Formats: sequence, C-alpha cells, structure tokens
Amino acid sequence: MDILYFLVPLSVVLVFFIIGGIWWAIHSGQFEDIEKEGERILKD
Amino acid sequence: MAFPNSQATTYNDKIVRQFAIMTVVWGVVGMLVGVIIAAQLAWPELNLGISYLSFGRLRPLHTNAVIFAFGGCGLFATSYYVVQRTCQVRIFSDKLAAFTFWGWQLVILSAAISLPLGYTSSKEYAELEWPIDILITLVWVAYAVVFFGTVGTRKVKHIYVANWFFGAFILAVALLHLVNSAALPVSLMGMKSYSAYAGVQDAMVQWWYGHNAVGFFLTAGFLGMMYYFIPKQAGRPVYSYRLSIVHFWALIFTYMWAGPHHLHYTALPDWTQSVGMVFSLILLAPSWGGMINGIMTLSGAWHKLRDDPILRFLIVSLSFYGMSTFEGPMMAIKTVNALSHYTDWTVGHVHSGALGWVGLVTMGSMYYLIPRLFGQKQMFSVKAIEVHFYMATIGIVLYIAALWIAGVMQGLMWRSINPDGTLTYTFVESVKASYPFYVLRLAGGLLYLSGMILMLWNTLKTATAGRSVTVNIPSVVAHA
Repeated sequence: MDILYFLVPLSVVLVFFIIGGIWWAIHSGQFEDIEKEGERILKD
Repeated sequence: MAFPNSQATTYNDKIVRQFAIMTVVWGVVGMLVGVIIAAQLAWPELNLGISYLSFGRLRPLHTNAVIFAFGGCGLFATSYYVVQRTCQVRIFSDKLAAFTFWGWQLVILSAAISLPLGYTSSKEYAELEWPIDILITLVWVAYAVVFFGTVGTRKVKHIYVANWFFGAFILAVALLHLVNSAALPVSLMGMKSYSAYAGVQDAMVQWWYGHNAVGFFLTAGFLGMMYYFIPKQAGRPVYSYRLSIVHFWALIFTYMWAGPHHLHYTALPDWTQSVGMVFSLILLAPSWGGMINGIMTLSGAWHKLRDDPILRFLIVSLSFYGMSTFEGPMMAIKTVNALSHYTDWTVGHVHSGALGWVGLVTMGSMYYLIPRLFGQKQMFSVKAIEVHFYMATIGIVLYIAALWIAGVMQGLMWRSINPDGTLTYTFVESVKASYPFYVLRLAGGLLYLSGMILMLWNTLKTATAGRSVTVNIPSVVAHA
C-alpha cells in the first residue's frame, strides 16, 4: 500500500493548511462581532 | 493596489445568467439520460442493440451530466452571484469568468460525445479522458483566480460563511482532480491513457477522490448555496452564525478520510477500512449541526413554509441532507456494509443525496435567482414552482423507497445459504425479483424529470418576459 505514504502525509499537510486558515481568520478579526455578519447579507 | 474590478459600479450578472440558464438545461438533459438508463435496467432491450446507447456508456454520461453539468453550472452561477453580493464588488475578471463559462460548456459537450463513443478512463465520476481532463484543469484554475480574486478585492472586511464553503470546494476539487486523474497517455494523438496507479492503489486513490468529490463538490459547494439563499429567501439571518463557522471547519477537517468505506472487505488493509468507517461516523456531527442550523433559520417563521414554495424546496433539501448524512455513516459501518454493498441500496442512498439535497437546493436557489437576473419580481408561474415541488418530492420518495426494498432484498438473497452450505439463490433470481422495484424507480425518476421540464418552461417564460438587468453595487457603508 505504497499509496498511503503519499495520501496520509498529504492529508497531514492539508490539516496544517486548515489550521493556518483558521488561525488567519481568528487573528485578522474575521470573527469579531459575528452575529452581526449574518444580518448584513439581508441588506445587500 | 487598485484592480479594475474594484472601480466598477455594477455587478457582472451576465455570467450568472449564462450559468443559471444552463443549469436548468443540463438538468433536463442529465435527468433524461438517467430516466433512459433506469428504463434499460427494467427492460434491457431498450438499448436497441446500439453500442452508443448501451448502459455502460450512458451511465457515466448520466452521472457526469447531473453532477458536473447541472450541479457544476449551478455552483458556478451561485458562487459568482454570492461572492459579488457578499463582497460588494464586481467579479475579479469578466474575461476569465467568460472563459470558465465557455470552457465548462466545452467540457460538457466533449463528455457528451466521448462517453457514448466508449472513451473512458473507467474511473467512477472521473471517466473523462486526458485531453478533457487538461481542459477541466485550465477552467478550474481560471475559476479559482476569479473567485479568490473577487474575495481578495472585497469591499466588506468580513468574508461571509458561504464564501468559505465555495472556496474550500474550489481548492479541494482542484487537488482531487489533479491527483486522481494523473495518467499516462498511450500516444499524444489518441484519447486512451492509463492511470498512474495500479490495482488496489488505484482503488484507494479513486475513492479518496470519489468520496471527497461527494464531500467538497456535492456537499461543501451546495452548503455555500444553502447559507446564502435560505437566509435571503426567509428574510432572516442564519439561526446561529457561530455554528455555521464551526460547521465549516469541522466538516472540512473530517471529510478527507471517509473514502475507504467504499472499499470494505476488499484488498485494502483492514486498518485503512476501519479509519474510513470511523471518520464517516464522526462526519454525522458536523453534518447534522449544519442541517439543524439551516432548518432553524426558520425558527419563529415556520408559517412562511405554508405559502412559499421556494422556501419549501430549500428546507426540504436540508431534510434530505440530514437523512442521507445519517444513512451514509450507518452504511459505512462494516457490518451494515456487508449487507448493503453492491446492492441497489447504495444507488438509492446516492439519489436521496443527489435528488433530495443537491437537486432541491439547486432548484430552490435558481427559483430565487432567475427572476432577479431578468428584472422580475418572481417566476412567471409561482403555481408551477409549487407543482414542481410536489412532483420532485414524490418522485424522490418513490425512487429511494423502491431501491431500499430492492437493495435489502438483494443483500439478503445473496447471503442466504442452504443447510448444506450452497447458495439459496442464483444471482439472476435476485435480478428477477428486483424487476418491479426497477419499474417503480423509473416512475419516480420520470416524475422528477417532468418537474425539471416544468422548471425549464417556467425559466424560459420568465427570461423572455423580462430583460437582462444590470444591478448597481450599493455604495459601501462604513465598515470596521
């Protein structure tokens, strides 16, 4: 099952990207006052 | 840096109109092919002895047409609409967006020609041969540039949750397509190629792709639709915005390793099968969180379901999403899978997700979009939306009930053993016993297709009664 030596590390790399994504989202202020964001789209 | 699109004062709705119309057109075509092959299963002579019309060639045409043509155009249309509206900026590049439209139509056309001719990579849901795969890659890169370019030049600081779902769908599909479709062409002049992987390795890659295509194409993408169009149609914000964010991160985090449940009791190592089963079971949590979040958006406004057929499409789609994301993990349990695998139960499960979730949420979103794209208040006939809703829902119920019965029956017949250890039934006896359920399934499919044809009529009437409108981008209110 050589292919697992490719697919498993690939998934681990993806998890790091996902963690990076959520880290960016939190620290760039994406989640400040989020309940307001749900209402905003009703006004566009 | 100032990009031309950030100076534009109007949205690009032409691209949305094009994809929206083609969503409905390809829906009719794809479902028609589905009905034809459903009839062939009941009456095999219906292939008329013509190789181009044989089940093995039409079946991938059906799946490609409904998933990538109907579903794909629906995703392009809604993602281009939603990303512009929620970011309050024109699409990043009109030219690249136009390329994604014509390129995608060319992919679909090539599929419609090459599959009946017998060209196939034999990879499920990735049957198209290498030259078409290259075209898909080009279109997809353009799609990613347009989408993320638009997000990058947004005028609103916050990225609305629907865009996260669309973004994850675009990135994941790019990766899945590149890895799974890696192949060596026999010659540069011919269509034939061989997969880069062999045997069980190929099977593992195939279902790593296959299940993630379900997770990111057929789930994440359509959840993006759900998180925009349900609040808009209901006129209420999503029940819990906080939960929608948890839904997103939990879903993309857990989806990647559900694939091996397609390969229970095969040459795949046992532990890999078990990993697939466990991840499939975990997936129930984020899936149901999202479903409840969507449905509860109507909390306190349930009466709207009484007289709004579009909202009914959207909410019932979520109940099918909940149903199939419960059924899926159950079927991924090895002992259940021992009964269900290779039977029509699996086909029924796929269709409760495809017809019920993907189909209904797309139709509901299109019924919201199409009148607005043509400067109308509502569809030409609201009554027809109502009729369509009932045709579709009854069609789905007939379809999946017939295949539940057929599937469980087949599973039980195949495992039934006489006291002396011989098989009680021959395979063909299980085929014969399935016949009445195949006819019932065809009836369900016909109803569903008829509803889609009604939608096409309603769409054309709405489009011809209205005109293509250009919508101004509202001047951005001060934002944090």
